[in-house]
Amino acid sequence: MREVYLDHYAASPIPEEVREAMLPFLDVHFGNPSSLHSWGDDARMALEESRAKVADLIGANPEEIIFTSNGTEANNLAIKGMVAGSRRKGKRIVISAIEHFSVMNAAMSLEKKGYELVTVPVDEYGVVDLDELKGVLDDETVLLSVMTANGEIGSIEPISEIAAMAAERGIPFHTDAVAAAGHIAIDVAALGVQAMSIASDEMYGPKGAGALWIKKGVRLMPLLDGGVQEGGRRGGTENMPAIVGMSAAAQLAKERMPERSQHLSGLRDALIAKLPQRLEHIYLTGHPKERLPWNASFVVEFIEGEGMLLFLDGQSVAVSSGSACTSRALKGSHVLSACGIAAEKAQGSILFSFGPENNLEDVEYVLDVFPPIVERLRQMSPLYAKFIKERG
Amino acid sequence: MAIYSDTVMDHFTNPRNVGEIENADGIGEVGNPVCGDMMTFYIKVDDQERLSDVKFKTFGCGAAIAVSSMVSEMAKGKTVEEALKISRSDVAEQLGGLPQQKMHCSNLGADALHKAIEDYLSKKGTS
Repeated sequence: MREVYLDHYAASPIPEEVREAMLPFLDVHFGNPSSLHSWGDDARMALEESRAKVADLIGANPEEIIFTSNGTEANNLAIKGMVAGSRRKGKRIVISAIEHFSVMNAAMSLEKKGYELVTVPVDEYGVVDLDELKGVLDDETVLLSVMTANGEIGSIEPISEIAAMAAERGIPFHTDAVAAAGHIAIDVAALGVQAMSIASDEMYGPKGAGALWIKKGVRLMPLLDGGVQEGGRRGGTENMPAIVGMSAAAQLAKERMPERSQHLSGLRDALIAKLPQRLEHIYLTGHPKERLPWNASFVVEFIEGEGMLLFLDGQSVAVSSGSACTSRALKGSHVLSACGIAAEKAQGSILFSFGPENNLEDVEYVLDVFPPIVERLRQMSPLYAKFIKERG
Repeated sequence: MAIYSDTVMDHFTNPRNVGEIENADGIGEVGNPVCGDMMTFYIKVDDQERLSDVKFKTFGCGAAIAVSSMVSEMAKGKTVEEALKISRSDVAEQLGGLPQQKMHCSNLGADALHKAIEDYLSKKGTS
């Protein structure tokens, strides 16, 4: 049976070049970058080369890159570390309603410690409401964090406009670019942000590495008390295989961005155009135009995501869903809810996330196997029965 | 998928007794789509007070569909009294276990069946 993996937002295979770059750091170049001998020198040089490549992807200075173990840690370091390091007076933290858990929950943990958390709403496409945002940014605001793009629904946020608003009041602005980095062109200077989180595994690098870029001069308190690695801002021996892998992935992402973007958006647009032709009562979520090239996310009415996911798995198609039943916490997606999608409709959420190895035949395969699955689940659904009866 | 037992997957992929019964003797609906699971059970009861037919429609995850299917099989042919004794844990046991996080929200099949029987009994009482 054909295997069609469309869950790259969860995990991706790494390209051969990335794997080859990593392997020597498991054995041959096993040294610790902090060591003064030549084994350490090898590792330290590789670490600094990696820093330069990762910086290059986002137009940053290498010395402004702090390696972390993943995107979640980078976001935690930014939110907690920038707030703790801030010299601004005030207690207000502003985030958008569609942030990743690692931003949202980090901000909520500060709220429990006495900060005032303000969550700015988004429109039906998941784009931050700029008027609302302008209204809540004040001189008491110590941090603003809005993601560059949302992985669940694909929408790209107007980051430079937001940065301009923050700059007017001198508010430090962090953006979580984990879902976006490596997929759309990003230049930290042009965007006008002060900090940005990125992650290796979302740009076809290995799991276990991420980075926070923080502009020189912006104060940051470390999360971990430890040694002087990463300029004392992130203690702990560096995960060299993963960091080297991340840098190789970043380099490839930069070199191949135009072709990858064209390829992925072609697959995305084919699915977005054709799926609604084969299925009634299915709607695109997120912005119709300003969206990540790899993301095709929908809600399918009258049925629930886990059933679709399991039946698709039975056809060797891997996808994910933002439904309550598919989340370990049994909570529906806060992102879909923020877009104004009713809880019962959000149960029918399904996310196809494309990767470089996918092709148009994969899209055709999904178009063949998915509609009968939806039909089958609808035949079991009391909501669909009700809808049909009411329609008459 | 490894989170479910083979029996759960069997009942999810080939659910028994899906559908509605026209002129059902009892109908029971539990849950709501906002929480993620909703089940409607339909029963037909014969002169011997036996459930001669049981059908269901379910909106929900794999576990919810498998639970509904299993309950319909367990209840069919039983007397009203026997069917009222089918418990949530009986259903989970027959399915070879359910993941812990699904025990509460998805294991509503027995409740929906009991509600359908109560509906039958209350209609019978008033007629």
